[in-house]
Amino acid sequence: MSEDILAGLAAIVNEVAGVPVEDVQSDKSFVDDLDVDSLSMVEVVMACEDKWGVKIPDSEVKNLKTVGDAVTYISANV
Amino acid sequence: MTRNVVVTGIGMTTPLGGDVASTWAQALAGQPGISQIPWPDWHPDQPAKIAGLMKVDPEEILTRVEVRRMDRSEQCALIAAREAWADAGSPEMDPVRLGAVVASGIGGVNSLISAYETIKEKGPLRVSPHMVTMIMPNGPAAMVGLEVGARAGVHTPVSACASGAEAISYAARMIQTGRADVVVTGGTEACINTVTMAGFGAMRALSTRNDDPNTASRPYDLDRDGFVMAEGAGILILEEEEFARARGARIYGRYGGAGLTSDGHHIAQPDPEGTGAARAMREAIEDAGLDLSSIVHVNAHATSTALGDYAESIALRAALGSHIDQAIVSATKSMTGHLLGGAGAVESIFSILALRDRIAPPTPNIFNFDPAIQLNVTANGPVALPAGDIAALNNSFGFGGHDVALVFTSV
Repeated sequence: MSEDILAGLAAIVNEVAGVPVEDVQSDKSFVDDLDVDSLSMVEVVMACEDKWGVKIPDSEVKNLKTVGDAVTYISANV
Repeated sequence: MTRNVVVTGIGMTTPLGGDVASTWAQALAGQPGISQIPWPDWHPDQPAKIAGLMKVDPEEILTRVEVRRMDRSEQCALIAAREAWADAGSPEMDPVRLGAVVASGIGGVNSLISAYETIKEKGPLRVSPHMVTMIMPNGPAAMVGLEVGARAGVHTPVSACASGAEAISYAARMIQTGRADVVVTGGTEACINTVTMAGFGAMRALSTRNDDPNTASRPYDLDRDGFVMAEGAGILILEEEEFARARGARIYGRYGGAGLTSDGHHIAQPDPEGTGAARAMREAIEDAGLDLSSIVHVNAHATSTALGDYAESIALRAALGSHIDQAIVSATKSMTGHLLGGAGAVESIFSILALRDRIAPPTPNIFNFDPAIQLNVTANGPVALPAGDIAALNNSFGFGGHDVALVFTSV
Protein backbone atom coordinates (compact mmCIF):
# COMPACT_ATOMS: atom_id res chain seq x y z
CA MET A 1 0.00 0.00 0.00
CA SER A 2 2.57 2.57 1.08
CA GLU A 3 4.82 1.45 -1.79
CA ASP A 4 2.02 2.20 -4.24
CA ILE A 5 1.59 5.62 -2.64
CA LEU A 6 5.33 6.28 -2.81
CA ALA A 7 5.34 5.40 -6.51
CA GLY A 8 2.30 7.61 -7.14
CA LEU A 9 3.84 10.47 -5.18
CA ALA A 10 7.11 10.11 -7.09
CA ALA A 11 5.20 10.43 -10.36
CA ILE A 12 3.45 13.57 -9.07
CA VAL A 13 6.68 15.20 -7.88
CA ASN A 14 8.22 14.39 -11.24
CA GLU A 15 5.30 15.92 -13.11
CA VAL A 16 5.13 19.05 -10.96
CA ALA A 17 8.78 19.81 -10.29
CA GLY A 18 10.75 17.75 -12.77
CA VAL A 19 12.50 15.71 -10.08
CA PRO A 20 13.57 12.29 -11.41
CA VAL A 21 11.22 9.57 -10.11
CA GLU A 22 14.08 7.54 -8.63
CA ASP A 23 15.17 10.49 -6.48
CA VAL A 24 11.82 10.64 -4.68
CA GLN A 25 12.63 8.37 -1.70
CA SER A 26 11.04 8.25 1.75
CA ASP A 27 13.95 9.86 3.56
CA LYS A 28 14.21 12.83 1.17
CA SER A 29 13.18 16.32 2.30
CA PHE A 30 10.93 18.09 -0.20
CA VAL A 31 12.65 21.44 0.31
CA ASP A 32 16.26 20.56 1.12
CA ASP A 33 16.79 17.49 -1.06
CA LEU A 34 14.28 17.75 -3.91
CA ASP A 35 14.13 21.55 -4.29
CA VAL A 36 10.34 21.50 -4.18
CA ASP A 37 9.49 25.07 -3.16
CA SER A 38 6.32 26.13 -1.35
CA LEU A 39 4.47 26.85 -4.60
CA SER A 40 5.33 23.49 -6.09
CA MET A 41 4.33 21.87 -2.79
CA VAL A 42 0.85 23.34 -3.29
CA GLU A 43 0.73 21.60 -6.66
CA VAL A 44 1.91 18.33 -5.10
CA VAL A 45 -0.82 18.57 -2.46
CA MET A 46 -3.52 19.29 -5.05
CA ALA A 47 -2.46 16.33 -7.14
CA CYS A 48 -2.37 14.03 -4.10
CA GLU A 49 -5.84 15.14 -3.03
CA ASP A 50 -7.16 14.43 -6.51
CA LYS A 51 -5.38 11.07 -6.83
CA TRP A 52 -6.25 9.57 -3.46
CA GLY A 53 -9.33 11.55 -2.47
CA VAL A 54 -7.69 12.69 0.76
CA LYS A 55 -7.88 16.14 2.32
CA ILE A 56 -4.53 17.66 3.23
CA PRO A 57 -5.22 20.91 5.09
CA ASP A 58 -2.58 23.68 5.08
CA SER A 59 -2.06 23.11 8.80
CA GLU A 60 -0.92 19.59 7.96
CA VAL A 61 1.23 20.45 4.93
CA LYS A 62 3.87 22.13 7.08
CA ASN A 63 4.40 18.83 8.92
CA LEU A 64 5.10 16.96 5.69
CA LYS A 65 8.84 17.59 5.63
CA THR A 66 9.89 14.39 3.92
CA VAL A 67 8.45 12.19 1.24
CA GLY A 68 7.95 9.54 3.96
CA ASP A 69 5.87 12.01 6.02
CA ALA A 70 3.56 12.50 3.04
CA VAL A 71 3.27 8.77 2.36
CA THR A 72 2.41 8.12 6.02
CA TYR A 73 -0.21 10.87 6.11
CA ILE A 74 -1.85 9.72 2.88
CA SER A 75 -1.84 6.04 3.96
CA ALA A 76 -3.51 6.95 7.25
CA ASN A 77 -6.16 9.20 5.73
CA VAL A 78 -7.01 7.59 2.45
CA MET B 1 31.47 61.19 -20.06
CA THR B 2 29.03 59.79 -22.56
CA ARG B 3 28.17 56.16 -22.25
CA ASN B 4 27.32 54.81 -25.71
CA VAL B 5 24.99 51.86 -26.13
CA VAL B 6 25.59 49.07 -28.63
CA VAL B 7 23.70 45.94 -29.58
CA THR B 8 25.70 42.76 -28.98
CA GLY B 9 23.07 40.03 -29.09
CA ILE B 10 19.67 39.37 -30.65
CA GLY B 11 17.06 36.65 -30.30
CA MET B 12 13.52 36.11 -31.45
CA THR B 13 10.74 33.68 -32.02
CA THR B 14 8.01 34.82 -34.40
CA PRO B 15 5.42 33.61 -36.90
CA LEU B 16 8.25 33.58 -39.45
CA GLY B 17 10.67 31.38 -37.53
CA GLY B 18 11.83 30.08 -34.19
CA ASP B 19 15.04 32.13 -34.17
CA VAL B 20 16.68 35.18 -35.71
CA ALA B 21 18.22 33.45 -38.73
CA SER B 22 15.03 31.73 -39.89
CA THR B 23 12.85 34.77 -39.19
CA TRP B 24 15.13 37.17 -41.05
CA ALA B 25 15.50 34.80 -44.01
CA GLN B 26 11.74 34.47 -44.36
CA ALA B 27 11.28 38.22 -43.96
CA LEU B 28 13.77 38.95 -46.76
CA ALA B 29 11.97 36.38 -48.90
CA GLY B 30 8.73 38.30 -48.36
CA GLN B 31 6.80 35.30 -47.10
CA PRO B 32 4.10 36.07 -44.50
CA GLY B 33 3.51 33.69 -41.60
CA ILE B 34 -0.23 34.09 -41.08
CA SER B 35 -2.65 31.16 -40.90
CA GLN B 36 -6.14 30.21 -39.87
CA ILE B 37 -6.34 29.51 -36.16
CA PRO B 38 -6.74 25.74 -35.81
CA TRP B 39 -9.08 25.68 -32.84
CA PRO B 40 -12.02 23.31 -32.83
CA ASP B 41 -14.03 25.46 -30.41
CA TRP B 42 -13.61 28.67 -32.42
CA HIS B 43 -16.94 30.49 -32.23
CA PRO B 44 -18.41 30.98 -35.72
CA ASP B 45 -19.20 34.62 -34.89
CA GLN B 46 -15.56 35.56 -34.20
CA PRO B 47 -14.84 38.33 -36.68
CA ALA B 48 -11.19 37.35 -37.16
CA LYS B 49 -10.18 33.70 -37.35
CA ILE B 50 -6.59 34.20 -38.50
CA ALA B 51 -3.38 34.98 -36.68
CA GLY B 52 0.39 34.85 -36.77
CA LEU B 53 1.07 31.87 -34.55
CA MET B 54 4.68 31.23 -33.57
CA LYS B 55 6.26 28.99 -36.19
CA VAL B 56 7.97 26.91 -33.50
CA ASP B 57 5.76 26.22 -30.51
CA PRO B 58 7.56 27.05 -27.23
CA GLU B 59 6.25 23.81 -25.75
CA GLU B 60 8.50 21.93 -28.19
CA ILE B 61 11.56 23.80 -26.89
CA LEU B 62 11.11 24.15 -23.14
CA THR B 63 10.91 21.49 -20.46
CA ARG B 64 7.53 20.30 -19.22
CA VAL B 65 8.11 22.00 -15.87
CA GLU B 66 9.04 25.32 -17.53
CA VAL B 67 5.87 25.17 -19.58
CA ARG B 68 3.83 24.40 -16.48
CA ARG B 69 5.15 27.42 -14.57
CA MET B 70 5.20 30.05 -17.32
CA ASP B 71 2.57 31.80 -19.37
CA ARG B 72 3.07 31.50 -23.11
CA SER B 73 4.22 35.14 -23.25
CA GLU B 74 6.90 34.30 -20.68
CA GLN B 75 7.85 31.14 -22.56
CA CYS B 76 8.59 32.93 -25.81
CA ALA B 77 10.40 35.76 -24.03
CA LEU B 78 12.65 33.19 -22.35
CA ILE B 79 13.39 31.42 -25.63
CA ALA B 80 14.31 34.69 -27.35
CA ALA B 81 16.35 35.79 -24.32
CA ARG B 82 18.34 32.55 -24.30
CA GLU B 83 19.13 32.98 -27.99
CA ALA B 84 20.14 36.63 -27.52
CA TRP B 85 22.25 35.94 -24.44
CA ALA B 86 24.12 33.11 -26.15
CA ASP B 87 24.48 35.28 -29.25
CA ALA B 88 26.16 37.95 -27.10
CA GLY B 89 28.62 35.34 -25.85
CA SER B 90 26.93 34.88 -22.45
CA PRO B 91 28.91 37.74 -20.86
CA GLU B 92 30.53 36.86 -17.57
CA MET B 93 29.97 39.89 -15.39
CA ASP B 94 29.01 41.28 -12.02
CA PRO B 95 25.24 40.65 -11.82
CA VAL B 96 24.65 43.97 -10.05
CA ARG B 97 25.65 45.62 -13.35
CA LEU B 98 23.18 43.51 -15.34
CA GLY B 99 19.54 44.52 -15.88
CA ALA B 100 16.45 43.18 -17.62
CA VAL B 101 13.71 45.30 -19.20
CA VAL B 102 11.10 43.23 -20.98
CA ALA B 103 7.61 44.40 -21.86
CA SER B 104 4.30 42.87 -22.72
CA GLY B 105 1.34 44.86 -23.94
CA ILE B 106 -1.32 42.72 -22.32
CA GLY B 107 0.26 40.21 -19.93
CA GLY B 108 -0.62 36.60 -19.32
CA VAL B 109 -4.23 36.68 -20.49
CA ASN B 110 -4.18 33.08 -21.70
CA SER B 111 -3.30 31.92 -18.20
CA LEU B 112 -6.00 34.08 -16.64
CA ILE B 113 -8.60 32.52 -18.90
CA SER B 114 -7.31 29.01 -18.16
CA ALA B 115 -7.55 29.73 -14.43
CA TYR B 116 -11.16 30.85 -14.81
CA GLU B 117 -11.95 27.67 -16.74
CA THR B 118 -10.35 25.66 -13.92
CA ILE B 119 -12.51 27.43 -11.33
CA LYS B 120 -15.66 26.71 -13.30
CA GLU B 121 -14.73 23.03 -13.71
CA LYS B 122 -13.00 22.14 -10.44
CA GLY B 123 -13.39 25.07 -8.06
CA PRO B 124 -11.05 27.76 -6.75
CA LEU B 125 -8.82 25.33 -4.82
CA ARG B 126 -7.47 23.90 -8.08
CA VAL B 127 -6.07 27.15 -9.47
CA SER B 128 -2.32 26.85 -10.04
CA PRO B 129 -0.09 28.49 -7.41
CA HIS B 130 1.89 29.78 -10.40
CA MET B 131 -1.12 31.61 -11.84
CA VAL B 132 -0.27 35.03 -10.39
CA THR B 133 3.30 35.02 -11.66
CA MET B 134 1.99 33.82 -15.01
CA ILE B 135 -0.46 36.71 -15.48
CA MET B 136 1.46 39.63 -14.00
CA PRO B 137 2.67 42.02 -16.72
CA ASN B 138 6.20 42.03 -15.26
CA GLY B 139 6.31 38.23 -15.42
CA PRO B 140 8.31 37.99 -18.66
CA ALA B 141 10.85 40.56 -17.41
CA ALA B 142 11.15 38.70 -14.13
CA MET B 143 11.60 35.32 -15.83
CA VAL B 144 14.27 36.71 -18.14
CA GLY B 145 15.95 38.52 -15.25
CA LEU B 146 16.06 35.29 -13.24
CA GLU B 147 17.44 33.39 -16.23
CA VAL B 148 20.50 35.67 -16.49
CA GLY B 149 20.70 36.56 -12.81
CA ALA B 150 20.11 40.30 -13.34
CA ARG B 151 20.45 42.38 -10.19
CA ALA B 152 20.73 45.96 -11.48
CA GLY B 153 16.95 46.11 -11.82
CA VAL B 154 14.13 44.36 -13.66
CA HIS B 155 11.52 46.60 -15.28
CA THR B 156 8.40 46.49 -17.41
CA PRO B 157 7.14 49.60 -19.16
CA VAL B 158 3.59 49.03 -20.40
CA SER B 159 2.25 51.09 -23.29
CA ALA B 160 0.18 48.63 -25.35
CA CYS B 161 1.74 48.14 -28.78
CA ALA B 162 4.58 50.57 -28.01
CA SER B 163 5.69 48.53 -24.99
CA GLY B 164 8.54 46.65 -26.65
CA ALA B 165 10.08 49.85 -28.01
CA GLU B 166 9.61 51.66 -24.72
CA ALA B 167 11.39 48.79 -22.95
CA ILE B 168 14.40 49.20 -25.22
CA SER B 169 14.53 52.95 -24.54
CA TYR B 170 14.36 52.28 -20.80
CA ALA B 171 17.12 49.69 -21.03
CA ALA B 172 19.34 52.09 -22.96
CA ARG B 173 18.71 54.78 -20.36
CA MET B 174 19.84 52.36 -17.61
CA ILE B 175 23.16 52.03 -19.41
CA GLN B 176 23.52 55.72 -20.31
CA THR B 177 22.90 56.83 -16.73
CA GLY B 178 25.32 54.31 -15.30
CA ARG B 179 22.89 51.95 -13.57
CA ALA B 180 23.99 48.98 -15.66
CA ASP B 181 26.60 47.87 -18.19
CA VAL B 182 24.46 45.23 -19.89
CA VAL B 183 20.66 45.01 -20.16
CA VAL B 184 18.58 42.21 -21.63
CA THR B 185 15.62 43.95 -23.22
CA GLY B 186 12.70 43.61 -25.59
CA GLY B 187 9.08 42.65 -25.77
CA THR B 188 6.80 39.66 -25.89
CA GLU B 189 3.18 38.83 -26.49
CA ALA B 190 1.10 35.67 -26.68
CA CYS B 191 -2.57 36.47 -26.28
CA ILE B 192 -4.26 34.69 -29.13
CA ASN B 193 -7.39 33.46 -27.41
CA THR B 194 -11.12 33.81 -27.88
CA VAL B 195 -11.47 36.67 -25.40
CA THR B 196 -8.72 38.90 -26.75
CA MET B 197 -9.69 38.17 -30.34
CA ALA B 198 -13.30 39.05 -29.54
CA GLY B 199 -12.23 42.28 -27.86
CA PHE B 200 -10.02 43.53 -30.66
CA GLY B 201 -12.72 42.32 -33.04
CA ALA B 202 -15.28 44.45 -31.23
CA MET B 203 -13.04 47.47 -31.81
CA ARG B 204 -13.13 46.63 -35.53
CA ALA B 205 -9.35 46.61 -35.31
CA LEU B 206 -8.72 43.19 -36.88
CA SER B 207 -8.60 42.13 -40.50
CA THR B 208 -11.45 39.78 -41.34
CA ARG B 209 -9.82 38.46 -44.49
CA ASN B 210 -10.22 34.98 -43.04
CA ASP B 211 -10.16 33.12 -46.35
CA ASP B 212 -6.78 34.46 -47.39
CA PRO B 213 -4.60 34.67 -44.28
CA ASN B 214 -1.29 35.47 -45.93
CA THR B 215 -2.61 38.56 -47.69
CA ALA B 216 -4.69 39.78 -44.74
CA SER B 217 -2.04 42.07 -43.27
CA ARG B 218 -1.55 44.61 -46.05
CA PRO B 219 -0.13 47.90 -44.80
CA TYR B 220 -0.47 50.76 -47.33
CA ASP B 221 -2.80 48.78 -49.55
CA LEU B 222 -5.96 50.65 -50.49
CA ASP B 223 -8.08 47.75 -49.20
CA ARG B 224 -6.35 47.23 -45.85
CA ASP B 225 -8.98 46.29 -43.29
CA GLY B 226 -7.20 45.96 -39.95
CA PHE B 227 -4.28 44.24 -38.31
CA VAL B 228 -3.63 40.55 -37.86
CA MET B 229 -2.94 39.42 -34.30
CA ALA B 230 0.37 37.65 -33.82
CA GLU B 231 2.50 36.19 -31.05
CA GLY B 232 6.18 35.91 -30.29
CA ALA B 233 9.06 37.80 -28.74
CA GLY B 234 12.16 39.76 -29.60
CA ILE B 235 15.07 40.29 -27.21
CA LEU B 236 18.22 42.40 -27.58
CA ILE B 237 21.36 42.58 -25.50
CA LEU B 238 22.24 46.24 -25.05
CA GLU B 239 25.69 46.96 -23.73
CA GLU B 240 27.86 49.94 -22.85
CA GLU B 241 30.31 50.26 -25.74
CA GLU B 242 33.57 50.23 -23.78
CA PHE B 243 32.36 47.27 -21.73
CA ALA B 244 31.51 45.41 -24.93
CA ARG B 245 34.83 46.24 -26.60
CA ALA B 246 36.80 45.24 -23.51
CA ARG B 247 35.37 41.74 -23.64
CA GLY B 248 35.70 41.52 -27.40
CA ALA B 249 31.99 41.31 -28.10
CA ARG B 250 30.68 41.33 -31.65
CA ILE B 251 28.73 44.57 -32.24
CA TYR B 252 25.69 44.51 -34.53
CA GLY B 253 24.92 48.19 -34.42
CA ARG B 254 24.40 51.15 -32.15
CA TYR B 255 21.39 52.29 -30.24
CA GLY B 256 21.09 55.92 -31.29
CA GLY B 257 18.25 57.40 -29.29
CA ALA B 258 14.58 57.45 -28.44
CA GLY B 259 11.64 59.80 -28.58
CA LEU B 260 8.64 59.19 -26.33
CA THR B 261 5.52 61.33 -26.57
CA SER B 262 1.77 61.01 -26.19
CA ASP B 263 -1.09 62.08 -28.43
CA GLY B 264 -3.54 63.44 -25.86
CA HIS B 265 -6.20 62.74 -28.45
CA HIS B 266 -8.17 59.49 -28.04
CA ILE B 267 -7.94 56.26 -26.08
CA ALA B 268 -7.64 54.04 -29.15
CA GLN B 269 -7.53 56.12 -32.33
CA PRO B 270 -4.35 57.75 -33.57
CA ASP B 271 -4.23 61.51 -33.81
CA PRO B 272 -5.18 61.97 -37.50
CA GLU B 273 -2.55 64.72 -37.79
CA GLY B 274 0.12 62.45 -36.30
CA THR B 275 1.64 65.33 -34.35
CA GLY B 276 2.60 63.27 -31.30
CA ALA B 277 4.13 60.61 -33.53
CA ALA B 278 6.08 63.23 -35.49
CA ARG B 279 7.43 64.78 -32.28
CA ALA B 280 8.58 61.35 -31.09
CA MET B 281 10.46 60.79 -34.36
CA ARG B 282 12.14 64.20 -34.22
CA GLU B 283 13.12 63.70 -30.59
CA ALA B 284 14.59 60.27 -31.34
CA ILE B 285 16.72 61.67 -34.15
CA GLU B 286 17.83 64.60 -31.97
CA ASP B 287 18.55 62.24 -29.08
CA ALA B 288 20.77 60.26 -31.43
CA GLY B 289 22.59 63.46 -32.39
CA LEU B 290 21.89 62.87 -36.07
CA ASP B 291 20.84 64.98 -39.01
CA LEU B 292 17.49 64.17 -40.60
CA SER B 293 19.35 63.08 -43.73
CA SER B 294 20.99 60.20 -41.81
CA ILE B 295 17.73 58.26 -41.73
CA VAL B 296 17.83 56.04 -44.80
CA HIS B 297 15.47 53.34 -43.54
CA VAL B 298 12.22 53.31 -41.60
CA ASN B 299 10.63 50.24 -40.07
CA ALA B 300 7.15 51.70 -39.81
CA HIS B 301 4.55 50.83 -37.22
CA ALA B 302 2.08 50.36 -40.14
CA THR B 303 -0.32 47.77 -38.76
CA SER B 304 -2.63 47.67 -41.80
CA THR B 305 -5.39 49.85 -40.36
CA ALA B 306 -6.97 52.56 -42.48
CA LEU B 307 -6.39 55.44 -40.04
CA GLY B 308 -3.10 54.39 -38.49
CA ASP B 309 -1.05 53.77 -41.63
CA TYR B 310 -2.07 57.11 -43.08
CA ALA B 311 -1.51 59.11 -39.88
CA GLU B 312 1.97 57.64 -39.50
CA SER B 313 2.79 58.45 -43.12
CA ILE B 314 2.02 62.14 -42.68
CA ALA B 315 3.84 62.14 -39.34
CA LEU B 316 6.94 60.74 -41.06
CA ARG B 317 6.79 63.54 -43.62
CA ALA B 318 6.22 66.14 -40.91
CA ALA B 319 9.20 64.82 -38.93
CA LEU B 320 11.69 64.29 -41.74
CA GLY B 321 10.48 66.84 -44.28
CA SER B 322 11.84 66.23 -47.76
CA HIS B 323 14.38 63.75 -46.33
CA ILE B 324 11.59 61.18 -46.14
CA ASP B 325 11.84 60.94 -49.94
CA GLN B 326 15.31 59.43 -49.53
CA ALA B 327 14.27 56.90 -46.86
CA ILE B 328 13.24 53.35 -47.69
CA VAL B 329 10.17 52.32 -45.69
CA SER B 330 9.40 48.71 -44.72
CA ALA B 331 6.19 47.55 -43.05
CA THR B 332 7.15 44.12 -41.79
CA LYS B 333 3.82 43.51 -40.05
CA SER B 334 2.69 42.54 -43.55
CA MET B 335 4.54 39.30 -42.85
CA THR B 336 4.67 38.86 -39.09
CA GLY B 337 1.26 40.26 -38.22
CA HIS B 338 1.13 42.48 -35.15
CA LEU B 339 2.96 41.17 -32.08
CA LEU B 340 1.54 44.00 -29.92
CA GLY B 341 4.03 44.36 -27.03
CA GLY B 342 6.54 42.25 -28.93
CA ALA B 343 6.35 44.31 -32.13
CA GLY B 344 8.70 47.14 -31.19
CA ALA B 345 11.42 44.69 -30.21
CA VAL B 346 11.10 42.39 -33.21
CA GLU B 347 11.08 45.41 -35.52
CA SER B 348 14.09 46.92 -33.76
CA ILE B 349 15.95 43.71 -34.52
CA PHE B 350 14.77 43.93 -38.14
CA SER B 351 16.08 47.52 -38.24
CA ILE B 352 19.48 46.48 -36.89
CA LEU B 353 19.72 43.59 -39.36
CA ALA B 354 18.68 45.91 -42.20
CA LEU B 355 21.55 48.26 -41.29
CA ARG B 356 24.01 45.37 -40.97
CA ASP B 357 23.02 43.68 -44.23
CA ARG B 358 22.33 47.00 -46.01
CA ILE B 359 18.93 45.82 -47.11
CA ALA B 360 15.40 47.00 -46.34
CA PRO B 361 13.03 44.04 -46.06
CA PRO B 362 10.11 43.78 -48.47
CA THR B 363 6.51 44.79 -47.79
CA PRO B 364 4.35 42.18 -49.52
CA ASN B 365 0.58 42.35 -49.99
CA ILE B 366 0.38 45.76 -51.60
CA PHE B 367 -1.91 45.05 -54.52
CA ASN B 368 -3.29 48.57 -54.90
CA PHE B 369 -0.95 51.10 -53.36
CA ASP B 370 -2.95 53.71 -51.45
CA PRO B 371 -2.21 56.95 -53.34
CA ALA B 372 -2.62 58.93 -50.11
CA ILE B 373 0.56 57.29 -48.75
CA GLN B 374 3.52 59.43 -49.84
CA LEU B 375 6.35 57.10 -48.88
CA ASN B 376 8.99 54.98 -50.63
CA VAL B 377 7.74 51.58 -49.57
CA THR B 378 9.47 48.29 -50.41
CA ALA B 379 6.35 47.12 -52.21
CA ASN B 380 8.22 45.23 -54.93
CA GLY B 381 10.79 43.42 -52.82
CA PRO B 382 13.83 44.17 -50.70
CA VAL B 383 15.75 47.37 -51.47
CA ALA B 384 19.48 47.90 -50.97
CA LEU B 385 20.57 50.53 -48.45
CA PRO B 386 23.62 52.74 -49.03
CA ALA B 387 27.14 52.09 -47.73
CA GLY B 388 28.74 54.28 -45.08
CA ASP B 389 27.30 55.50 -41.79
CA ILE B 390 23.53 55.06 -41.96
CA ALA B 391 20.63 55.10 -39.52
CA ALA B 392 17.21 53.52 -39.22
CA LEU B 393 14.06 54.76 -37.50
CA ASN B 394 11.69 52.29 -35.88
CA ASN B 395 8.20 53.52 -34.92
CA SER B 396 5.81 51.99 -32.41
CA PHE B 397 2.47 53.38 -31.32
CA GLY B 398 0.04 52.02 -28.76
CA PHE B 399 -3.59 52.27 -27.72
CA GLY B 400 -3.67 55.04 -25.16
CA GLY B 401 -1.90 57.44 -27.51
CA HIS B 402 1.66 56.25 -26.82
CA ASP B 403 4.24 57.25 -29.43
CA VAL B 404 7.72 55.73 -29.28
CA ALA B 405 10.39 56.16 -31.93
CA LEU B 406 13.82 54.52 -31.77
CA VAL B 407 16.90 55.22 -33.85
CA PHE B 408 19.65 52.70 -34.54
CA THR B 409 22.87 53.32 -36.45
CA SER B 410 25.26 51.12 -38.38
CA VAL B 411 28.77 50.18 -37.31
